[in-house]
Amino acid sequence: MSTINLLVLVCTVYVIFLFLVAFVAERSARRGKGRWLRSPMVYTLSLSIYCTAWTFYGAVGYAARSGMEYVTIYLGPTIVMIGWWWVLRKLVRVGRAQRVTSIADLISARFGKSNLLAVGVTILAVVGTTPYIALQLQSVTFSFAAFADAVGQPGQGDGGRTSTAFWVAAGLALFTVIFGTRNLDANERHHGVVMAIAVEAMVKLVALLAVGIFVVWGLSGGVQETLTRIDASQIGHWDMDGGRWAALTFLSGAALLCLPRMFQVLVVENADEAHLRTASWAFPGYLLLMSLFVVPIAVMGLERLPEGSNPDLFVLTLPLAEGQTALAIFSFLGGFSSATSMVVVASLALATMVSNHIVMPLWLRWTGGRASVSGDVRHVVLLSRRLSIAGIVALGYVYYRVSGGGTALAAIGLVSFAGVAQVLPVMIGGLYWRGATRIGALAGLTVGFGLWNYTLFLPSLGAGVIMPQALLDNGLLGLVWLRPQALFGIEGLDPLVHAIFWSLLLNALTFFAVSMASFPTPMERLQGAQFVNVLQQAGSARSWSAGAAQAEDLMVMAQRILGAREAQAFFEQEAARQAGRAVRAGALPDPSPDFLQRLERELGGSVGAATAHAMVAQIVGGASVSVRELLAVADETAQMIEYSDRLEAQSRELAATAAKLREANDKLTRLSVQKDAFLSQISHELRTPMTSIRAFSEILRDTRDVSPEEQRKYSSIIHDESVRLTRLLDDLLDLSVLENGQVNLNIRHGTLHEALNKAVSAASAGDEAAVLAIRRSPEAEDLPLETDFDRLGQVFINLIANARKYCDAETPELTIRASAMSDGRVQVDFNDNGSGIPDEARDLIFEKFSRVSPQRAGGAGLGLSICRQIMERLGGSVDYLPGARGAHFRVTLPMANADEATERKPLTAG
Amino acid sequence: MTDQSPRPLFVERQTYRRRRIQDAARFLPVLGIVLVMVPLLWSEGAGGVSMSGAIRYLFTLWAALVGAAMLLSLYLRDDRPGEPEDSPGPADTADR
Repeated sequence: MSTINLLVLVCTVYVIFLFLVAFVAERSARRGKGRWLRSPMVYTLSLSIYCTAWTFYGAVGYAARSGMEYVTIYLGPTIVMIGWWWVLRKLVRVGRAQRVTSIADLISARFGKSNLLAVGVTILAVVGTTPYIALQLQSVTFSFAAFADAVGQPGQGDGGRTSTAFWVAAGLALFTVIFGTRNLDANERHHGVVMAIAVEAMVKLVALLAVGIFVVWGLSGGVQETLTRIDASQIGHWDMDGGRWAALTFLSGAALLCLPRMFQVLVVENADEAHLRTASWAFPGYLLLMSLFVVPIAVMGLERLPEGSNPDLFVLTLPLAEGQTALAIFSFLGGFSSATSMVVVASLALATMVSNHIVMPLWLRWTGGRASVSGDVRHVVLLSRRLSIAGIVALGYVYYRVSGGGTALAAIGLVSFAGVAQVLPVMIGGLYWRGATRIGALAGLTVGFGLWNYTLFLPSLGAGVIMPQALLDNGLLGLVWLRPQALFGIEGLDPLVHAIFWSLLLNALTFFAVSMASFPTPMERLQGAQFVNVLQQAGSARSWSAGAAQAEDLMVMAQRILGAREAQAFFEQEAARQAGRAVRAGALPDPSPDFLQRLERELGGSVGAATAHAMVAQIVGGASVSVRELLAVADETAQMIEYSDRLEAQSRELAATAAKLREANDKLTRLSVQKDAFLSQISHELRTPMTSIRAFSEILRDTRDVSPEEQRKYSSIIHDESVRLTRLLDDLLDLSVLENGQVNLNIRHGTLHEALNKAVSAASAGDEAAVLAIRRSPEAEDLPLETDFDRLGQVFINLIANARKYCDAETPELTIRASAMSDGRVQVDFNDNGSGIPDEARDLIFEKFSRVSPQRAGGAGLGLSICRQIMERLGGSVDYLPGARGAHFRVTLPMANADEATERKPLTAG
Repeated sequence: MTDQSPRPLFVERQTYRRRRIQDAARFLPVLGIVLVMVPLLWSEGAGGVSMSGAIRYLFTLWAALVGAAMLLSLYLRDDRPGEPEDSPGPADTADR
């Protein structure tokens, strides 16, 4: 059997062995016996997909060309891993708390579940990773060809190489599809895949160590001799570009966090946070061992192998040249393992991203977005993921074919690192800075991705492929400061360092500046708080407002995504959790916010956070799902409160109006009663004189023998009564005129003194006996007035007449005092020395027809009522003052203007 | 202890020790970066630091970092706010 056939056989057996390992791991995990699958060591070994074929073969070539620079690729991750307390701990915690499925999902979830961002990161990842997959295919092909060349059995030329690449690609796609999409939930670990790459990690480590031990102790003769050889070789001196040393260390550290495949094994496949503790030292240890023998192998290869042989394949060609075919085959298997494990995990991670963030949203939109009425979503998701895997591996293969598998690919490793590292500012910013916004992240990523393309990726394809040489020499649009490899006129930098520096710097600056200037949506702020404070609390992402959600609908949807059995188990478990005990099979939980949130997370593990959110939102109903909508609802509520406030004010107003109306009604009723009383009073008042007039006139008419004396007496009674009747009617007329406000006032200037003089003389006219003594103080009465003196006189006469009529003192006396008040009013007090008006009568004296003592009534009882009406018309008042000795009335009225008064004074005095 | 309750100002000896180990875990990568960047100070080319010397330095440093990380990981525990504290020590309550 030829060596090359042996190699093919060994490879086939190895691949079958890997399938078996994956299969057994899946099976024992399914049976619940897979505790050993979730050990920290398996986790650590799965991280080893960081070491790809590029590092397995390429590190030696790297060392042969540029000395110790290759260790930077391992030192960066070492520092990140031992510094896990800073970043990784938080990253893994967030990843588990939010059930993220990929790095794109993480960024999307952090910035308000924005699918646009997820699409951006996905594109970045695909562009950055596809060349890398091509590189793996190339390395397998190259190593196979090298083997064939070395044993003198060259393959079928270039056609053989491409067929090798094709079969490797097809096999890898098949493996990934079988073991990477067995279960839909990307958050459930792919035990088969993880176990297989753990085995491959051991194979590649042991293979490299075996070659290294063979070189150091077999060829060189010991450690000391090896070191001497190293110092004597062409790379025997420390010769390092400081910028590259620092930049590459940083870049590889960033790549550990940002590479989609690393994120997959580090965060998504993480079964237990405690595993990170072990990996924090074990993985750097693994990297140490991987790079320990690189320089000795490189030095020995340079020494022993003929000039011009490819240093990238020293690991393989050195044992072959020394006749160690078995060791060479083992080494080949190591390289093969490195390549395959990388392609499997990378395509799995990318397929998850592509399927969740590009294919599924498109499909959902295309089918009308009704998750509950469309077909089997679970089937669609699986299919889309499988197709994505095949598509990505195919893309890598096509890239390999198109690029011609030349040396251009060799540089792609670091270029790819620099591409995915553009996610770093957004990721770190999102984890530690609550002010980071979606717009800022989008802007930063766009700038970073654009600059990476312009300064590194496109030039790396070689001048003339996409970028013309003229552009490289003269810059974009002929602007010298825009030269892709000397931005802003800074020349002489290593192109890689130059690109990393500018792209990451401007990326971070843009991200920061735009975040500062923009305002996050409520969802972003909520998610930001969740991410940044993840170590302080195990809080909830958002709460669903339950009520409209139907458990059956949710069940139908969950079955389609999770699978019938899984969904039923999940729902039963939730129902049991709600009931607090075991429940019968088929019981449905209430759609409580708590349950909806867990369901969404569960679904998010399968189809990504944004899609899961949209799906649950559709079933729960758009009434109150997102924070934005909740805010809208809150706005509406505020409007409703405002509206009801207005209604309340209106109803208060109505109540007040109604009260007023009731009051008015009461008043009207009272007035009506009063009117009735008034009418009956007036009839009574009219009836009394009429009765006597009728009686005496009948006597005069019917009695024959009336003496002239009697005749005179009777007719004078009739006359008196008619006078009284006339006076009463006059008074009534007067009152009604006054009350209706129809009275015309005859306003004149004059003094109080004049008015009182007239009133006193008029009141005394019919009473020459002058029983009532009137005491006045004329000097105080000299106050100017501008009023209707006739009406005022009427009031005064009435008051004086009352005193004359009712004062019951032995020697009746009335004191009239006038005084000017400070507020420009005049007070006139009428105070007699009688017994005054009894308390109970005081309220009534100003009412019509009220008489204090009917026995002594002279008038109809309208006098004071008329007085009050007159004084109101004149802008003043008349009141009874209780508490004084005797009856005490006070008349108040406005005084004339002061200057007019001084003007008038001489006139009245004269 | 709820999430909202403020962290106590002074803690028990064990908690104190654990916090300092966390500090060490935070400090280790900083130290690592500084030491990894030390080669930038070396003189280059012939007459400078030899490759064997560089290999010795870097791999010794690397092994030391791995060893330190391993040592720390044995003692590192995540003291979440919700986690119950260890049983209180006898008299040595708060020393900071």
